[in-house]
Amino acid sequence: MPIINNKELFPTDYNDRILIEALKKTPQDIIYEIRESGLKGRGGAGFPTGTKWNLASAAVAEKKFVVCNADEGEPGTFKDRVLLTDYLPMVIDGITLGGRAIGAQKGYIYLRGEYRYMLGRLENYIAQMISENRLGNNILGTGFDFTIEIRLGAGAYICGEESALIESMEGHRGEARNRPPFPVNRGYFCYPTIVNNVETFASVAVIISKGADWFKSFGTSKSPGKKLLSVSGDCRKPGVYEVPFGINVKELLKLVDARKTKAVQIGGASGYCLPRSQFDRTISFEDASTGGSVIIFNQTRDMLSVLKNFQEFFVEESCGQCTPCRVGNKKLLDGVEKIEQGECSISYIRELMDLGRSMQMASKCGLGQSAPNSFISIVTHFENEIFSSR
Amino acid sequence: MLLSEKNAMTEEIEELCSNYGSYRESLLPILNDIQLRFGYVSEFAQQEIARVLDIHPVEVYGVVTFYSFLSPKRLGKYIIRLCRTISCDMAEKSSIARVLERELGIRFGETTSDMKFSLEYTNCLGMCDESPAMLINEQVFTKLTPHRVAEIIRKYK
Repeated sequence: MPIINNKELFPTDYNDRILIEALKKTPQDIIYEIRESGLKGRGGAGFPTGTKWNLASAAVAEKKFVVCNADEGEPGTFKDRVLLTDYLPMVIDGITLGGRAIGAQKGYIYLRGEYRYMLGRLENYIAQMISENRLGNNILGTGFDFTIEIRLGAGAYICGEESALIESMEGHRGEARNRPPFPVNRGYFCYPTIVNNVETFASVAVIISKGADWFKSFGTSKSPGKKLLSVSGDCRKPGVYEVPFGINVKELLKLVDARKTKAVQIGGASGYCLPRSQFDRTISFEDASTGGSVIIFNQTRDMLSVLKNFQEFFVEESCGQCTPCRVGNKKLLDGVEKIEQGECSISYIRELMDLGRSMQMASKCGLGQSAPNSFISIVTHFENEIFSSR
Repeated sequence: MLLSEKNAMTEEIEELCSNYGSYRESLLPILNDIQLRFGYVSEFAQQEIARVLDIHPVEVYGVVTFYSFLSPKRLGKYIIRLCRTISCDMAEKSSIARVLERELGIRFGETTSDMKFSLEYTNCLGMCDESPAMLINEQVFTKLTPHRVAEIIRKYK
């Protein structure tokens, strides 16, 4: 199912002629355009793409790599699935432009194991691109060599973290590395590597064809452009929506025809749960930030069982290399189970909230740092509901 | 394992290594292929892969046990993975789970005695807008209803 509304940023009639025009530009011009556009990483962390590419471009090395992160594992996210299915030419062109910008000859798409059913189609498309000389040596006569290879994951949420993804590509357990050094300096096999989300690459293709000013005409000053949201849960029209940054939760709920909504989880299991009183908050990097996941809960939902689902997810998916995340998530789950059985005191909950804050500070990678978010936000906003019936 | 099976496995692994190259970064692609073809990565296969890639077997074991789609234990021909993450959970995942258990006569985490089906839970499949969803090997099934699940299982039987 393609994107539901306003197809300005992701048009269904994408013109693949832009690649040859774009490849005539110098790497500096491409990076300049991306920096001007203010594009921030669409995977959720929101690091400015132009800055990342500039750092990788400035790094001196005999080889460089581009990696497209298609390990879309965040609960409630499926926009990359739609992009890889219906908007593949944009994604591939974006990756190629990334290679051109930083001076790489090789790109990888790290596809999550769950999407293995797409593999044949992706490989056929890449083979077709090579036969049309849109990939390969001397692309369209511009003198630029670039190929793309697909790497398949095997079912690990943590591999969406860029350094864990690189470990996985090198044939190791997907355990996050210490950062710094960042992948832009020491990434795949210690060569400068940019790792970007599928949607980021697709956005790049559009920005290069329509210009930074056009892109900036959407969104807010700190979050320019538009964003794909994967909306699921209690609404009549779930799906992928293209919305400008700055849209508030209320407007979004109307768009997806959600009724009697009690809470909205923004950013998946690692994001925050917003109660009704905060529905005027906006989807943007400066306010309610998300990699795309929006999960809606109506008034019939028990927020404690929602929380338990999230917490079980983290216990399962923690890679286990650092203590705050490995033990902390287990402790939080134990706490949720205690509440469920009516055996948890309010003071113990306070201790668990402190533990959550320690995890945010002390965990090695983004998984552990963001895992307590849903615990803290759900317990904070729904304490009465959670305890009143138990 | 019969000697002839071992030889066939060794041959398969050597062929995969020559396709992907005998490098460490070929480990995951090789393991994925072995898993797909045999339904698991046996101890013998792990040792052979280690030998051909010239790494310690424990490195291979570490990788096999890390990823949820790789299994050191023999699983059924069809591995059914039902999504248990929030959107599918809210879309009556538990009734689908009960139908699967009843149709196959096994619980989650088990394999049928004829080695045809294994039943597992998995985390978010990225099909939240078409929940509930499950995978059978790499094929995805969405918008499941108890009736449809029974139909699908019947076809695989």
